[in-house]
Amino acid sequence: MAAAQVIRSEWTKIRSVASTVWTLSLAVVVTLVLGMLISALSANEFDRMGARDRIAFDPTFVSFAGMSLGQLAMIVFGVLVVSNEYSTGMIRTSLAAVPQRGGFLAGKIGVATALALVVGLATGFAAFFLGQAVLGEYKASLGDEGVLRAVIGGGLYMTLIAVFSMGVATMLRSPMLSLGILMPFFFLISNILGNVDATKKIGRFLPDQAGSRIMQVVPPLDDDTPYGPWGGLGIMVLWVVAALAGGYLLLKKRDA
Amino acid sequence: MIELEGLTKRYGEKVAVNNLTFTVRPGIVTGFLGPNGAGKSTTMRMMLGLDRPTAGDVRIDGRHYDRLKDPLKYIGALLDAKAVHGGRSAFNHLLCLAQSNGIPRQRVHEVLDTVGLSSVAGKKAKGFSLGMGQRLGIAGALLGDPRILMFDEPVNGLDPEGIHWIRTLMRTLAAQGRTVFVSSHLMSEMALTADHLVVIGQGRLLADTSMADFIAHNSRAYVRIRSPQRERLLDVLHGAGITVVESGGATLEVDGTEAERIGELAARHQLVLHELSPQRASLEEAFMRLTAESVEYHAHSDAPAPPQQWGDGWKKD
Repeated sequence: MAAAQVIRSEWTKIRSVASTVWTLSLAVVVTLVLGMLISALSANEFDRMGARDRIAFDPTFVSFAGMSLGQLAMIVFGVLVVSNEYSTGMIRTSLAAVPQRGGFLAGKIGVATALALVVGLATGFAAFFLGQAVLGEYKASLGDEGVLRAVIGGGLYMTLIAVFSMGVATMLRSPMLSLGILMPFFFLISNILGNVDATKKIGRFLPDQAGSRIMQVVPPLDDDTPYGPWGGLGIMVLWVVAALAGGYLLLKKRDA
Repeated sequence: MIELEGLTKRYGEKVAVNNLTFTVRPGIVTGFLGPNGAGKSTTMRMMLGLDRPTAGDVRIDGRHYDRLKDPLKYIGALLDAKAVHGGRSAFNHLLCLAQSNGIPRQRVHEVLDTVGLSSVAGKKAKGFSLGMGQRLGIAGALLGDPRILMFDEPVNGLDPEGIHWIRTLMRTLAAQGRTVFVSSHLMSEMALTADHLVVIGQGRLLADTSMADFIAHNSRAYVRIRSPQRERLLDVLHGAGITVVESGGATLEVDGTEAERIGELAARHQLVLHELSPQRASLEEAFMRLTAESVEYHAHSDAPAPPQQWGDGWKKD
């Protein structure tokens, strides 16, 4: 079966380069350590918080705070999985072996997505349990309403960020260009657009702003977000689909 | 068998490959010759479906490349030996290619053995020398035990031992009845390996001929003459209707192989000759002349003429 062959081949590719291990480990470690650190700080601060802040306190979301940095490693993973082919020239060898470009891209992104999903979900659960352990008496439990959804959502969020990066890297090909656009965008620009009043209404439709809604269990008090947790994730999925479609069309049409 | 039919590639205004039609046949080594930038690599990329032709068609055993199921089993290619992920081991590089075409893992060991890389199979490709990289690329081409093999400048940068190895390999593959298509910008290299020649210049087909015919028709024969009585000799030759090329100093050249006639003429007019020697131009010169014509032609004319114009006489097909 052709699809099975491509998947096996892409799995060999992804497991045989060091960048896979270090980007994914970095994503896990950074998310967990930073999440625990911020959970510890929050537990410490809780007594000094105002009443409004205490009502809006979201222990689940706090334990995911490390994702703001951890997602950057997922972006690097997603970009390198695709652009490694271009920066090394391997793409020509790969496409000579699998000339069906749609099948090639589907296999590559499918394998990388599956791996990101496993790592993302594990990280989501680990970040939650470690964070709650640190939060002590303020902790949430997995059985609370919306918590399981948020934890699984955290894993999906990390996965989708990686897949979005794969789509962008397929379009741009160059790893430096892809990282140069994605890193500052998700680390700075999106946060600014999503938090400044003037741009908030547009900013919250950006992939990470919309997608991260699923990790919130207790919404902010004056929340007027026009979508719910799954709606937000749906918006993020649309971004991912658009990036992949763009990547596919360009790959299909371009000379390798 | 590879068949090209009016294959053309344009990049904007620039025509990289211009209306190429030829067939690469099995059982022989076909040399693909042209100066750097003639369009050889572009043509090869189009053969592998990597670049899309602007016009025309390439078929591998009668089918388009992307219609081949498990293409590595039909055609193996070495395009660029450096086109591997340096962080991946030689074994894993070949394994991922093999898996994509349903080729068993055992075959990876076999080709590593064939190219002599078994001992470094677990080493990362970035530590490989140029020669080892070239061998790894050839191992990849041999993976699917294909009937057609294609090598783009395989001897570039290799040491004499490596060059000898590749030459022998190509001859062996052709002797097994496979189609072997190899590009080079060195005529001397082709003369030692190829049975058939396809020459291009500026993207145009300049020759499609057997090596023997190419040698017979293109290596110019002439007679070199030196004489202290140069002016008189010129008059005599001119009077006999013989065209003389003056090649600087006291040396004269006469096209053809008429050494006897010239000698007899000189004797009859009592002229002293210091040299009278039949010469044959090297293949390298023949090739340079052939491709230089194409360059010159393009520099002087706007209207494209059919490329068949040059050497219709020795073109077989």
